[in-house]
Order: sequence, then structure tokens, then C-alpha cells
Amino acid sequence: MTDAGPVERSGQNTVTMMQDTHSGRPLTPAPLPSGEGFPALDPARAIATEKLRAENLRKSFGAVEVLKGVSLAADSGDVIAMIGSSGSGKSTVLRCLNLLEKPNAGRITVSGEELRLTADRKGELYAADPAQLQRIRARLSMVFQQFNLWAHMTAVENVIEAPIRVLGLSRKDAVERAERYLARVGVSHRKDAYPAHMSGGEQQRVAIARALAMEPEVMLFDEPTSALDPELVGEVLRVMRSLAEEGRTMLVVTHEMGFAREVASRVIFLHRGVVEEEGAPAEVLTRPASERLRGFLSNSLK
Amino acid sequence: MIDWALIAESLPAYWKGLQVSLILMAICVSASFLLSVPLAIARVSPNPWLAKPVFLYTYVIRGTPLLVQLYMIYFGLAQFEWLRESAAWPLFRNAWFCAWLAFALNSTAYTTEILAGALRQTPNGELEAARSLGLSTASIYRRILLPSAIRRALPQYGNELVMVMHATSIASAVTIVELTRTARDVYYNSLAPLEAFGMVAVFYFVITFTLVGIVKLLEGRFLKHLRPKSADIRPTEMTPA
Repeated sequence: MTDAGPVERSGQNTVTMMQDTHSGRPLTPAPLPSGEGFPALDPARAIATEKLRAENLRKSFGAVEVLKGVSLAADSGDVIAMIGSSGSGKSTVLRCLNLLEKPNAGRITVSGEELRLTADRKGELYAADPAQLQRIRARLSMVFQQFNLWAHMTAVENVIEAPIRVLGLSRKDAVERAERYLARVGVSHRKDAYPAHMSGGEQQRVAIARALAMEPEVMLFDEPTSALDPELVGEVLRVMRSLAEEGRTMLVVTHEMGFAREVASRVIFLHRGVVEEEGAPAEVLTRPASERLRGFLSNSLK
Repeated sequence: MIDWALIAESLPAYWKGLQVSLILMAICVSASFLLSVPLAIARVSPNPWLAKPVFLYTYVIRGTPLLVQLYMIYFGLAQFEWLRESAAWPLFRNAWFCAWLAFALNSTAYTTEILAGALRQTPNGELEAARSLGLSTASIYRRILLPSAIRRALPQYGNELVMVMHATSIASAVTIVELTRTARDVYYNSLAPLEAFGMVAVFYFVITFTLVGIVKLLEGRFLKHLRPKSADIRPTEMTPA
């Protein structure tokens, strides 16, 4: 949300985004009361609370500034579709949120816990406390364009790994959980198969099960269907739609306009590293305010 | 033509030599494997203070013949008076220790390079996935990087095992009576080169192909995920609960 000054369309979401209850705070990361012992998932507390907030994210690759101050916030149950042409920085936003990419500036808060960041010599931010970063990452699981399953592990082994190592589940509980989520995404019958022996759609669904098994607060999807053959896109989108209907909080970078229109509760249009427009999909996608979004939509609907 | 009686009569000696060769190989290979895992991790480290010394080590070792390395350790080090007077001298006087040290250092250099190559081949996406789920660096090494790299390195590592096996014959140069030394002794006593060396060739051949077979078995077990298995790609089912 910067110079372009998009009109606030959809009531609650955009409003919460701008009205920061801690707005008086400086940009330097303030230390939190105490970092540890944060409860993992509390459904009672989760209702209509802010799950994820990113403020003023900036990122440069060399001399090129790809993110010029991007802010966004997701409340519980929000499904945010991030759209934009390639090079607009939408994947970079997602990758900055869990610090796969080091932003040059910005603040990231997950369910009220702010990620403590420190600048390195190049001016890039890294986690001051690696344990806190791991804890935050475990609450924001990510689904990648190229699936990124671990090739030497079977589907079920892929899904149980992080719950055992990160959440400390016993193997038995983790397998039980994995089987539940593999069934949820419809790939139970492939649980002992290696990634290379599965179709792209199956691999991506296993990757979604792997992310679900962390029982995350927010799921990040980085162009989850872009690497799939056209006939396999549907099976993955169906799974994602059913996750959205369950009330999961999702942030989806996508080129699937149909998905953005029908499933998302909010659409963010990114252009050259700034949020050019955002709001309810019905508004943004049918009555784009900016010339750029109009151009983008007419190109992508062809 | 061929003196079968000589062969039959010298079999027990070969048998002993075989045991010596196998023991030598086993202790060298276990040491080099254990050493090469941390060294390979250092070798691919972005930190030059870790990576460069390991590179120098593997470069020097791979650039000189094993026999020269063995002579340097067994004969060369004995020139230093401080070593002869140190507590380590009983070790360096011992041919077995010197052979073990030379072979282990040599094989470590090659194994480190094999493993470092395999580590570098790890798809970046697999590491990002591990990081994004909150796995610690130690877990990523232990559960993702090393298991996948060691599997990938297996075929090449099999070759290295065969090379080490053949290299044990060099231990005969420092008085260890292993297979090759046994063959030479049989030859000196009988002056029947065909029988003496032909026999040892058969022994090496059998060990080599046993090793190759074992590695193939391991590959079958641990590289299942890399085998194309087109029949396994069945049409997908869609049953979200």
C-alpha cells in the first residue's frame, strides 16, 4: 500500500491492515516480552484474530529493488490471492515472510509475535534468534511451485519428518497425522511411493499434506499449479479450495484467475514491487481501478 | 603345464594374505568414511576458512602417488628426531599403523571429493522446503543433505572401495604380508610366476566383484527413489474427505 493509494473496498480486511494497534512503534524491531512458550494452535483464540502481518517489506537483488515497501495482513480464515505479472515481486514477498529471502527492511509478525530481525553487513535482515525463526517458520508452512519434496523419502516419510523433528511428535503420532492429511488431499494410496514415481499433481498434493501436517497458522502457496500439466491443475486447485472452505488462512501467489475470483476473500495486485490495488475479488477483478491491473487482467484472461 | 600342486600347497598362505588385505581395507575404509563426512561438509561450506584447507588437503593428496605417501610416512617421518623421541614413535615404527594412516588419508581425500560433489548436487528446493518447515541446520544435515548425498555418491563410492582394495597391495612395500606380498614370496620360493601371480589375480578378482555386488545390492536398496518406474505412475484418484 503505497503511492498508488488504492481505495479501501472490502471493509474489514483492508481496514485492519492499515489500522495498526501498535502504530506508534518505530521500525526497529522491538523486543517481545519473552519469545518462548508461545502456544502453537489455539482454536478458541484463533477466531478473527490477525494471523500474519508484514509491514513495509523491501528487498533488493543487487541494484534492482524488487519490493518497494509491501505491507499486508491476514486475519484468521482469510484467503489472500496475490496476483501480478512475472517480476512483480509476488513470490519474493512470500519468500521474505519466512525469510527464505532476506528482506532489506520490514517487519514480520505472526499471531502477534514479531520476528526479531538484525541487519548483516550487506544490509539484509536475518533472524536475531534462529530458534525463534524456526518456531515462526513452523507456523507458516509453505507449498512450492516445484513441490520440493525430499526425493529420498516416500510420501509418508516426507510428511512425518517435520512434525517429528520440529514439533516433537512421536513417530506413531506423526504417521497417524500424516495418514490423515494424505487422505485429506486424496493421495493415501501413494503413501509409500517416492516423489519421482508420482505424477506432478500427486507430488503437489503430498507437499500440501506435508505443509498441513505442521498444522500451521498460515499456509503460503508459491504458484502451486504453475509447474503442473494443465490436466493436473484441477486436482490441486480442488484441494486448495476445500482447505479454504475449512477456514484455513492462506496466502496464495497464483496465476489462476478463476481461483482468485471464486476462492479468495481478498486479492492483492502487485506491480513492480508495490501493492497497486487490493480488495475483494469481485471488486478488484471486475472493476479494476488502475490501468495496470486492467492491462494485466485483459492479458491473463485471453 | 600349470603346477596345480604348488597352488594347492600355497593356498593356506594366500588365505592368510587375504585376511590381512581385507582387515587392512576394512580399517582404512571405515576411518576414511568417518573422516570424509565432516570434511565434505567443510569442503562445500561457504566459509573459506573451512573450505580452503580441506581443498588444499585433497588437492595435495590426490596429486601425489599413494606409494610416495606411504614412503614419506614410513621412512620419511623417521628422520625427525623429535618424532623418534616422542610418545607417538611406537606407532610410527609400526608398519601396520603407517599403512593404515597412509591409506586412510589417501582414501579420505578421494571420498571427501566424491561426497562433496554429491552434497553440491542437492536440489536447492529440497533445502528450502526443509528450512521453510522450521527444521534446524543440524536436522537438515542429518535428515536431508547427508542421506540424499550419500545415496547419490554410492555408485562412485563403490569404485573408491575397489580402488582401496587394490591399493592395499602397496602395503607389501612396507613389510606387511598381505595378498601381493604372499604372491611374491610364493614366486621367490618356487620361481613359478604364472601360478604365484595368477593365483593372486584370481583372489583380487573375486574380492572386487564381491564388492561390486555388495554395492549393487546397496544401490538397489537405497537408490530406489532414483529408478525410473513408469509402471508405477497410475492414474490419480481424487478422494478428498
